[in-house]
Amino acid sequence: MSATTSTNYLVGVFEDDDVLMNAVRKVREQGVKIYECFTPFPIHGMEDAMGIKRSRLPRAAFMFGATGTTFAITMITLMMGFDWPMNIGGKPFAAPPVYIPVTFELTVLFAALGMVGTFLVVSGLGPGSNKLVLDPRFSDDKFIMAIDLGSNKNLDPAKITELLKSLGASEVNTKEVSE
Amino acid sequence: MGAHHKVSVDKEERYEFTAAAKKRILTWMGVGIVMTVIGIAMLALGIGEGKHEAAGAGHGAATHASATENHSTANAHSEANGTKTEAHTGAEHADVKADAHGATAHAEAGHATDAHAEKGHAAAAEHGGGHHEFHWTTRLWADLWHNAVFFTGIAIIGVFFVAVQYLAYAGWSAGIKRVPEAFGMFLPIGAGIMLVVFGLGHHDLFHWTHEGITDPTAANYDKIIAGKSWYLNLPFYLTRMVAFFGLWMLYYSIIRKNSLAEDLEGGTARWKKLVYFSSGFIVIFAVSSSMAAWDWVMSIDPHWFSTLFGWYTFASWHVSGLACITLTVILLKERGYLKHVNMSTVHDLGKFMFAFSVFWAYLWTSQFLLYYYANIPEEVIYYIERRDGFDGKYTALFFLNVIINFAFPFLFLMTRDSKRQIIFLKIAAIAILAGHWLDFYLMIMPGVTKGNSGFGFLEFGLVLTFVCLFIYVISNTLSKQRLTAINHPMLEESLHHDI
Repeated sequence: MSATTSTNYLVGVFEDDDVLMNAVRKVREQGVKIYECFTPFPIHGMEDAMGIKRSRLPRAAFMFGATGTTFAITMITLMMGFDWPMNIGGKPFAAPPVYIPVTFELTVLFAALGMVGTFLVVSGLGPGSNKLVLDPRFSDDKFIMAIDLGSNKNLDPAKITELLKSLGASEVNTKEVSE
Repeated sequence: MGAHHKVSVDKEERYEFTAAAKKRILTWMGVGIVMTVIGIAMLALGIGEGKHEAAGAGHGAATHASATENHSTANAHSEANGTKTEAHTGAEHADVKADAHGATAHAEAGHATDAHAEKGHAAAAEHGGGHHEFHWTTRLWADLWHNAVFFTGIAIIGVFFVAVQYLAYAGWSAGIKRVPEAFGMFLPIGAGIMLVVFGLGHHDLFHWTHEGITDPTAANYDKIIAGKSWYLNLPFYLTRMVAFFGLWMLYYSIIRKNSLAEDLEGGTARWKKLVYFSSGFIVIFAVSSSMAAWDWVMSIDPHWFSTLFGWYTFASWHVSGLACITLTVILLKERGYLKHVNMSTVHDLGKFMFAFSVFWAYLWTSQFLLYYYANIPEEVIYYIERRDGFDGKYTALFFLNVIINFAFPFLFLMTRDSKRQIIFLKIAAIAILAGHWLDFYLMIMPGVTKGNSGFGFLEFGLVLTFVCLFIYVISNTLSKQRLTAINHPMLEESLHHDI
């Protein structure tokens, strides 16, 4: 018997990336919290404008890469040195130079797969996930700025709408999303 | 893109090469020259030469012993006795060699008598005198050649970098373009030094230039060098050298002329021309840089060859050039020039250094691994000489080369922040420049001087002289023209470069 909760979003539609970026700066200066921007292509400098912190993905990538390196070296040493030693051209059984290609490949593989996996988990983009699409036109030619009214309770929605319009939004819609 | 604030360019900005700066550089160059002279005097008088003093015969024996030892290591033999190893080696490689390589197999595997003749350490009669023992001038020529090849490489990489930017329609680098462009001014000087050093020192530097080496009746006849003489002969070699320098300088002057004309004229006509000529230059450079590497570096060991040696040398030059560009840009910024060049551009230069250090390591590994696996005497001798030849003279350098040129920049420049910190970039750029100078040292010295190279007054003096000369030429070039290509069609884009 739980009551259905719903969130109200204010969706500003812009026609140009530069206009959107400028609007994002101005809107934040007014103390409005932006939920998210949806754009047809990545916009350079948008993270800064929206005040998004830098991703920690590179650190994860490094850890995955280091895991790959360790895995490769351990695997080759165990295989070539202990499990099945073979005399190849009179080289030592476990000879470091022959490690290089496999170690390189596994480092890259672990880092790449680990990064993709981490990204999917952190962004909640796993299989079956259903992400909020507030205005499908963002995958075509519109630049969308979404404002969660729930987190801007102290501000009047009409004022925000006016602000967005004055900053170049071609339309501002309200969208209710039930959870 | 994105930044709405206006970035302005000081259109008349020029590097101010003050009299004090000139004096300082010239003083250091003087110190370098004095050190060089002291080094030469010490060598000529035989002061502080140490080990290889044991005269001709002793030295020959030493080389022979170490070569034999190395060979036994490579084949995982444990015999320390020279004769025993020799017998074993001969038997093992008899089938591989067949007849064609018979003579070399002996020589390169470290066979007693032939090795002496091969390496020119045998009795004076073999070469009609002059080569029975190591003469100090060989070390002088080797040092001069080493520095000349290294610094000329950096100069041509400056031109190459500019050409690549045009070919790729790159916008980010428009603001710093004049820096690599200035490097090209060192080309005529580098070319002059190289031609003079080759003219005077080719007999000491290049074994294949010896009289009679291609003559079957001569005592020092060398079948393998004779087989390569259609390519490795003085007239053709000099023709190539002059042609490469000529073409490089021709293209450099075209690029420079159009770039400067663009400052006055504006528009995109000059830019289009530059794209056209840059494309041509890159095609020519792709071939000539490889051939130059064979000629100037690889032919020092004329029996040995590596199919990717051209690329390997290019990679070493390229990353040194990139380090030099980065260093120049940040030094200029520190002195208050190039204010419009933002940290994103500097970050990209750091990425270039990082990426091409990895590229160099990739080629180093590719070249090493094949020889390591195949373990064919005439091929692996190159690495044996460097890794543990000459009583381990180059061993430390061999491993230092990989550490300073790969491991260090790889770990040091890995994070984003490190590529945005001036001090990190400075350390990395200087380490890379020193590291690749050592890389060239390792390519040239064991081949020319065998175990008789060193690090003394001569080496430090010469490198100081070359560094000062290079700095002087670059500073002078930068002071003559605008520091920024003010009418570059993509300048505006570079001002807003953001990553």
